[in-house]
Amino acid sequence: MPDFPPDLRYARTHEWVRVEGTRATVGISDYAQTQLGDVVYVELPEIGTHVEFESEIAVVESVKAASDIYAPVTGEIVDTNDELDSAPETVNADPYGDGWFFVVEMSDDELSSDLLTAEAYEVLCQEEGE
Amino acid sequence: MPFIPHTHADKDSMLETLGIASTEELFDEIPKNIQCDGLPDVPDGISEMSMLRHMAERAHNDTTGICFLGAGCYDHYIPAAVWDIASRGEFLTAYTPYQAEASQGTLQLVYEFQTMLASLTAMDVANASVYDGASALAEAILMAVRVNRKSKSRRVLVPASTHPFYLATVKSIVTHQGIDVEIVPSVDGVTPISDIDLDEAVAVVLQQPNFFGVLEDADSLTTKAHEAGALMIGVVNPMTLALLKPPGDWGDTGADIVCGDGQPLGIPMASGGPSFGFLCTRMAHVRQLPGRIAGRTQDKDGNDGFVLTLQAREQHIRRAKATSNICTNQGLLVTAATIYMTLLGPQGLVEVASACVRNTHLLVDRLTSHPNVTKHFNTPFFHECVLDFGEPADKLQQKFLKHGILGGHPLTGLIEKGEQSMLVCATEARSEQDIERYYEALENG
Repeated sequence: MPDFPPDLRYARTHEWVRVEGTRATVGISDYAQTQLGDVVYVELPEIGTHVEFESEIAVVESVKAASDIYAPVTGEIVDTNDELDSAPETVNADPYGDGWFFVVEMSDDELSSDLLTAEAYEVLCQEEGE
Repeated sequence: MPFIPHTHADKDSMLETLGIASTEELFDEIPKNIQCDGLPDVPDGISEMSMLRHMAERAHNDTTGICFLGAGCYDHYIPAAVWDIASRGEFLTAYTPYQAEASQGTLQLVYEFQTMLASLTAMDVANASVYDGASALAEAILMAVRVNRKSKSRRVLVPASTHPFYLATVKSIVTHQGIDVEIVPSVDGVTPISDIDLDEAVAVVLQQPNFFGVLEDADSLTTKAHEAGALMIGVVNPMTLALLKPPGDWGDTGADIVCGDGQPLGIPMASGGPSFGFLCTRMAHVRQLPGRIAGRTQDKDGNDGFVLTLQAREQHIRRAKATSNICTNQGLLVTAATIYMTLLGPQGLVEVASACVRNTHLLVDRLTSHPNVTKHFNTPFFHECVLDFGEPADKLQQKFLKHGILGGHPLTGLIEKGEQSMLVCATEARSEQDIERYYEALENG
């Protein structure tokens, strides 16, 4: 069973967000990495890029597919996980830890109400799986 | 794998599932005024017999003669075995493998082609392949802009000494994607490297030898490009790489992207096409390389096998976001080129390239011994050279044709004072007698 940490918020497009102050760390969920299969490449944004909520910002490629990653928050990219260049499999091994994608310095105070709680996201994944 | 088109029943069932009444409704989102209303200029079908007769008449209109044409398409000798092997049913009918690993023979061939091209250009990886050299250059420029994300600029420098057809194709494909193509004028047939302003350039192109057959200072431009933070794109003729420094070794760290046309490698001139384009790059940029890459691996039992190691950015997976939407890979011509290179081997390619250089220099020496003929540029050339004939090139070309000579490519409008100029080339397939016949045609008018 995929893991749904309760302290995170989730987008319907399967990104997770961890908020610390004004900084939001973003990755893809355990459910998403299971669905994608072995991740072989992650194309990350440049630091300094401005991102809008729900805009395409990164690409994740697995042996099965290439999928777009959408920004779950609005702000500026301040850090990216360059380790993924040489070890993209980290996304599969540790999606909520070392497999993070990028950090956004948020320009909005509040997260979008469209972002789901762990509970609601788990229900969404179950529905998708059916 | 049977190829069976949809029956009417299939189509009706699909339309019903979609909830629409006709196939035409699928195109409703395209405004009516840009929809094509039939093809009035395309005639109805004709019988096989009429078709053959028609095509034979057309073929007859093609000029034949002793060929001194080059300008991107060369009359090299093609060993009979090349097309004998390439025309085997397994190669001739093999379609692009969507279930790639079921086609081990095709994958092995692609793997070997890519290995040969990477080795000729001294680059890490090669794709297989695109339409032709011109579209390969357009793809190389688009790729450079994607790769060089640090440069916010969209300024790409292309020397005027680049093949004019390539320039036209590049303009058609890239200028509508927000890229500024800036032409760098040439001086005496070469690009003046020290005068080039590389400020804010995302990439620089250099054709070596250039369209005029002249050798450019590729080393200096490559180093200068890298110092300015621009990517270096080399356009090369693969045949010349048997003798010239490969672009992977240009300047400080070599070219970043290399492209060109594969016609010299066993592809007939065939009135100008088809041909194939190739594209090579560094490992660091491989994810932005359009097309597919075949690799060699082992299966679970330890047997050697071939796989597609990279194809994630192709149109059937990435759709609108694919790195390129030119999906034709000219597989049959790549097959012929691979067989050609295999048959000749490295030494054979050196011999062909050397013979081309020798014959063109013999030709130029012989023709310029005529009082009316002079070299247009006073710069070293490889296996093509621009000559001034002292009379209008278009007329002269017709005159040579009467003597069974395809005298060269007229340069009217392509270079300054080019009305009396032709680009001439003598490949390894020309003999001293051929050159002498050209001279006699010139003398007898």
